[in-house]
Amino acid sequence: MTEHVVVVRAAAPPEARRRTHGWLALLRPWAFPFVLLGLYEAYARRAAALGSEALAPPSAALKALATAAADGSLWQATGFTLGTAAIGLLLGAVLGVSLGIALGLSRRAARLSLLSIEVLRPVPSVALIPLAMLMFGFGVRMELAIVAFATFWPMLILVQSAVQQVEPRLLEVSRVLGLSARQRAWKIVLPAVVPRLFVALRLGVAVALVVAVTVEIAANPNGMGYAMMIAQQSFDPALMLGWLGWIGGVGFVINAAMLRLQRAVARRMGAAP
Amino acid sequence: MNERLGDWLGSVGVLAALVAMWWVASSAGWVSRVFLPTPQATLASLAEGLNLGGGGNGELLSFTLATVSRMLLGWLLASLFGVLLGAAIGVSPGVRAWVQPTLEFIRPLPASALLPLAISIFGLNPAMVLFVVAFGAMWPVLLATVHGFAAVEPRLSEVARCLQMPRAAFVWKIGLPNAMPDILAGMRLSMTISLIVAVVGEMIASQSGLGQAILLAARAFRASELFAGIVLLGLIGFTSNALLSIAEKKLLRWQQP
Repeated sequence: MTEHVVVVRAAAPPEARRRTHGWLALLRPWAFPFVLLGLYEAYARRAAALGSEALAPPSAALKALATAAADGSLWQATGFTLGTAAIGLLLGAVLGVSLGIALGLSRRAARLSLLSIEVLRPVPSVALIPLAMLMFGFGVRMELAIVAFATFWPMLILVQSAVQQVEPRLLEVSRVLGLSARQRAWKIVLPAVVPRLFVALRLGVAVALVVAVTVEIAANPNGMGYAMMIAQQSFDPALMLGWLGWIGGVGFVINAAMLRLQRAVARRMGAAP
Repeated sequence: MNERLGDWLGSVGVLAALVAMWWVASSAGWVSRVFLPTPQATLASLAEGLNLGGGGNGELLSFTLATVSRMLLGWLLASLFGVLLGAAIGVSPGVRAWVQPTLEFIRPLPASALLPLAISIFGLNPAMVLFVVAFGAMWPVLLATVHGFAAVEPRLSEVARCLQMPRAAFVWKIGLPNAMPDILAGMRLSMTISLIVAVVGEMIASQSGLGQAILLAARAFRASELFAGIVLLGLIGFTSNALLSIAEKKLLRWQQP
């Protein structure tokens, strides 16, 4: 996916938070979703009583999710999606980071490859779903290929710009010391870009998750996205809603964890968050 | 100047070398032609589909138009509602404190995950796909607007209060201009999402467009048509992105010192 690098700062302004105190402030983030869910519950119960096959109340969705957790299908599908997203991200990240470092170190190489990158990058990753289907068939490999393609570009661009912003004096020092290109990459550049590397990694994780679920919804008969599609096609709105909530929850937890990790790394490496 | 020309030529040369590698790999049969057609075959499929030579069926052209209009309409709706809702939420610190955590929770949800829900509510029709495109693409704009409003310089808010500026004037004269860079960045991201969701929607809801076309081409093992579709989708992504970044530069010129 040709994600642009938009760092939307997530935090609410601190002064707004500090004004209310104690348990009320802790509860506040939950109030709005609970009111919404409550309204929806009431509405969906009435719709279900009238025989709707599209809507299910959240309580039924929770129950369906609990059943899926008990029979193991929940964990199996979640494991598939997360595992594939992780390996695909690893592939995309290794390629993206190494090419990004190379292009970041050599302005000439960066200028020469600019056009090719700008031509290939905007290809939407989902456009490759049919191609991957043709090449690999259904299964892990097609999803890996697409996740790797989608995460490659943001990693490449972010790492390249991170390397270009490495203090030039450090590179001069390495030249004076007569370090080889490989030593320069390992000893000077990599440590200098670690904080930004984790910013790129956080974005990569978000992209990988979204793309993995999308591939499963569009084509690949595995994982959470497919489980949700099947629930829809077998007219099980409760299970489908359960999956939707689960996918959202898993995505939120992983993204929040990555944000914490990135901030912790930035603090330790002494860079501005 | 001369150096820049040299770089540009070199850049074109690298791209040409990549295409040449593609040509060699496919012509020599290193990679099976079942999934890697030759560049000429891809071009021929493009020419036929777009009816360039006059003898084609022009099918790809209508698919492209369908996808582009779906993407643009969804994006416009997303931008409109994103800015409106974002301004409504962002203008009041109270509302922001209550609602923003929920928005942050929904943000990482893949837009395409809403497709099954939308299918069961609206059925398989173009309006359903458009709804999901608009809904999925709305989040970056909405959150960027909220963030832009939250980041208004406190002194400006004080000035507005001293002048007893009505809320609408505050939104129009201080909030929106302040949020503009964030909104434009969000709109760029949302254009990308629009294209992706439009393609996925066409694939699973069988709406006519490039998404459906490439899926059918792959199922029928017509690799050259598949590649023609991918090339067109890449072109759409490239063009929309380039146009938006030009627009962004023009619109934000006043910010430059």
